[in-house]
Amino acid sequence: MKEDLLPPDPPTLAPLLTSRAPSGARIMERYGLLAVFALLIAVAAFLSPVFLRPANLLNVLRQISITGTIALGMTFVIITAGIDLSVGSVVALVTVFAASFQRLGLVPVILMGLSIGAGVGLINGVGIALGHISPLIMTLAMMYMGRGLAFMYSEGLPIYGIRPAFIQFGNGFTAGVPNSVLYFAVLLLLSIILLNFTASGRYVLAIGSNEEAARLAGVRVRRVKILVYLISGILAGFAGLIYTGQLGIGVALAGQGYELNAIAAVVIGGTSLFGGQGSVFGTFLGAAIVGVTNNLLNLIGIDPLVQDFVKGLIILAAVLLNRKRS
Amino acid sequence: MPILELRAITKRYPGVVALHDVSFGIEAGEVHALVGENGAGKSTLVKMLAGAIRPDAGTILYEERPVVFWEPQDAIRVGISTIHQELHLAPHLTAGENIFLGRYPRTRRGTIDWPRLYREAEIVVARLGIALDVHRKVQQLSIAQRQIVEIAKALVFESKILILDEPSAVLGRQDLHLLFGVLNALKEQGTTILYISHRLDEIFEIADRVTVLRDGRHVGTHSIRDITVVGLMQMMTGRSLEELWPARRHEIGEVVLEVRNLRRGNAFRDVSLQVRAGEIVGLAGKVGSGRTEVARTIFGADPLDGGEIRVFGRSVSINSPNDAVRCGIGLVPEDRKTQGLLLNRPLRENISLANLGRFIRGGFIRVGQEARAVRDLVRMLNIRATGLSQLVQYLSGGNQQKAVLAKWLNSECRIFIFDEPTRGIDVGAKVELYGLMERLAAEGRAILMISSEISEILGMADRIIVMKAGAIAGMLTRHEATENRLAFEALIEG
Repeated sequence: MKEDLLPPDPPTLAPLLTSRAPSGARIMERYGLLAVFALLIAVAAFLSPVFLRPANLLNVLRQISITGTIALGMTFVIITAGIDLSVGSVVALVTVFAASFQRLGLVPVILMGLSIGAGVGLINGVGIALGHISPLIMTLAMMYMGRGLAFMYSEGLPIYGIRPAFIQFGNGFTAGVPNSVLYFAVLLLLSIILLNFTASGRYVLAIGSNEEAARLAGVRVRRVKILVYLISGILAGFAGLIYTGQLGIGVALAGQGYELNAIAAVVIGGTSLFGGQGSVFGTFLGAAIVGVTNNLLNLIGIDPLVQDFVKGLIILAAVLLNRKRS
Repeated sequence: MPILELRAITKRYPGVVALHDVSFGIEAGEVHALVGENGAGKSTLVKMLAGAIRPDAGTILYEERPVVFWEPQDAIRVGISTIHQELHLAPHLTAGENIFLGRYPRTRRGTIDWPRLYREAEIVVARLGIALDVHRKVQQLSIAQRQIVEIAKALVFESKILILDEPSAVLGRQDLHLLFGVLNALKEQGTTILYISHRLDEIFEIADRVTVLRDGRHVGTHSIRDITVVGLMQMMTGRSLEELWPARRHEIGEVVLEVRNLRRGNAFRDVSLQVRAGEIVGLAGKVGSGRTEVARTIFGADPLDGGEIRVFGRSVSINSPNDAVRCGIGLVPEDRKTQGLLLNRPLRENISLANLGRFIRGGFIRVGQEARAVRDLVRMLNIRATGLSQLVQYLSGGNQQKAVLAKWLNSECRIFIFDEPTRGIDVGAKVELYGLMERLAAEGRAILMISSEISEILGMADRIIVMKAGAIAGMLTRHEATENRLAFEALIEG
């Protein structure tokens, strides 16, 4: 070695560590959507004097509570890069069983409804996690089987005559607030805690980000995957119970397209279909943006037939907004 | 007489001088290696010679005449072809079509003369001294074969100088020898080759001379016979020998990990080994010799068909990575991006993942406690990040690897398995990782290290186990391997 060595590098700068500062991207992610939502509220308030009245706001929340409840479970599923198409059928299945077994009393029927959801979710989860069936196919199959079962059981006929206790459960008010809104608020809070402050929530994010790396870090991937479909099924079952109470009917046609409404709320809320990134609060905003828009269209007297078209526009806008941010 | 000469080349970008007063020459007919860490200026230089960018000051002399390349075509026209890391091939077309892409030979009627195209493609490939079916579609070829198609494409242009930008970054060792065969054939035909790499071992296999860049400056150009791997590392990093390999402070204790007659399908059989507390055991061998498979099986990532694993003297049953983690084993995998990291998650979540239980009270993660523990690890390992919330995909390779290591330090594991711990990271980060490994050993942890870099094995391991075709071919101490280096290398290669 005859070349002369340059002096060693100067000491590296100490790592720049700011205490618990969220990255700029994350701020945009959360508050970008929030800003859009605030703007929408402002526009709605400007266009319709009725909009900001408490009765109307509660009505909007009541309308999104069923889709929103389902979308909470869907958020966990989609964060693992999965999908659950069976949730609408779970709603149908639960309404017909709840309607025909209501003589057992409210609490047993609630437990039954949740068990039906859990059962479907468990089958989905086992098929996907242990049977390595793709989530799309597995839950598509369960979607048809669930609704088929609802038709078979109800023989295609609606079941009327829901008892007052159920109506109160799904459609009643507590302290002036619709029960379904209260349920949704509690479930929203629990979901936020589950995703952000428990090990299971972290594992859900980890699996969605990189399943193999999660497995090699000791995460029990199969168990967590079964868990997310279980959660999705149970929440869909609960949504079915609310539906029964709100509409006073058990029918195999209930909940059609709810899976897509839920997916729409999740996607508008900024959760990535590729997994590993998403937020429960975003899903709430997603559901709320759709709900407020529909409400506004009603209030200013626009034909409700345009609602679907507008929902499509919102999804597209949300996706473009997400892309711009990342 | 140099065929290509750089005189006082300077290139500035906003805020950084990429190349500063760089001068050196490339002799006609030689294989000239260009090495340097990330950010040393290699890519800038390659882009300049490929005609993608122009120097701010200085002259490029080609065959003793100053030249200016305004666009890539100018460089190709005078006979300089560059094979970039990302290949520019049409995957659905055959190798032959790709070689003549855009310059198909025509018949008199103006249609493509297919027989002639394939005939000439075969001639070009034959010049490279390898067998390659030019009728096969590129998507069916291995990465090495695709690179060779790119090279063949360059030969059609009658290139006098061939520039290869980090070709080995995407190749296994077997494929590398295929590439080297081609390069040697070209060299015999008088082609000059500029070979860019940060894998140092291979420089010694292929290059005649080597130029080292550091921080945009020319550190030296040497004949390969006058220099060693360690010498090159010193030139690249600007560190002295003592700073390169960590001082050994570790003391070897009791047996911590023991494997008896481990067997798995066709991958390996009859593997028995021991790793003691404070010991670094090197697992050497060619790619495909079963090294990685043994590591993965011990860690529970792949199922085992027979044999026994003992941890701290107790026989354990490891059927999943979860079991291994509970036994105190951590794996720093071969490919950190696909196996080691949650790329689109923050640094904090990556590091705490393997032992979240530490931070859980009453079922909930104590986020403050987690952040404190992670911050301590980030400081200790000197991970350079903008913050704990930075997504790991934006960290450099070396910092990513340190994040994987931090994950296992957080899980307080006693047994570390490193699979190619320094692959694809620059020399400065390598040196830091070696220091960390030594520190782990000094703390009494047991380390099993797989590596394809012989200098790394010799520099770090106390004992070396050589695997060949799925079985252990030999075991030797570092001293024995250093003294009989040729025999050691023959054991690995043979």
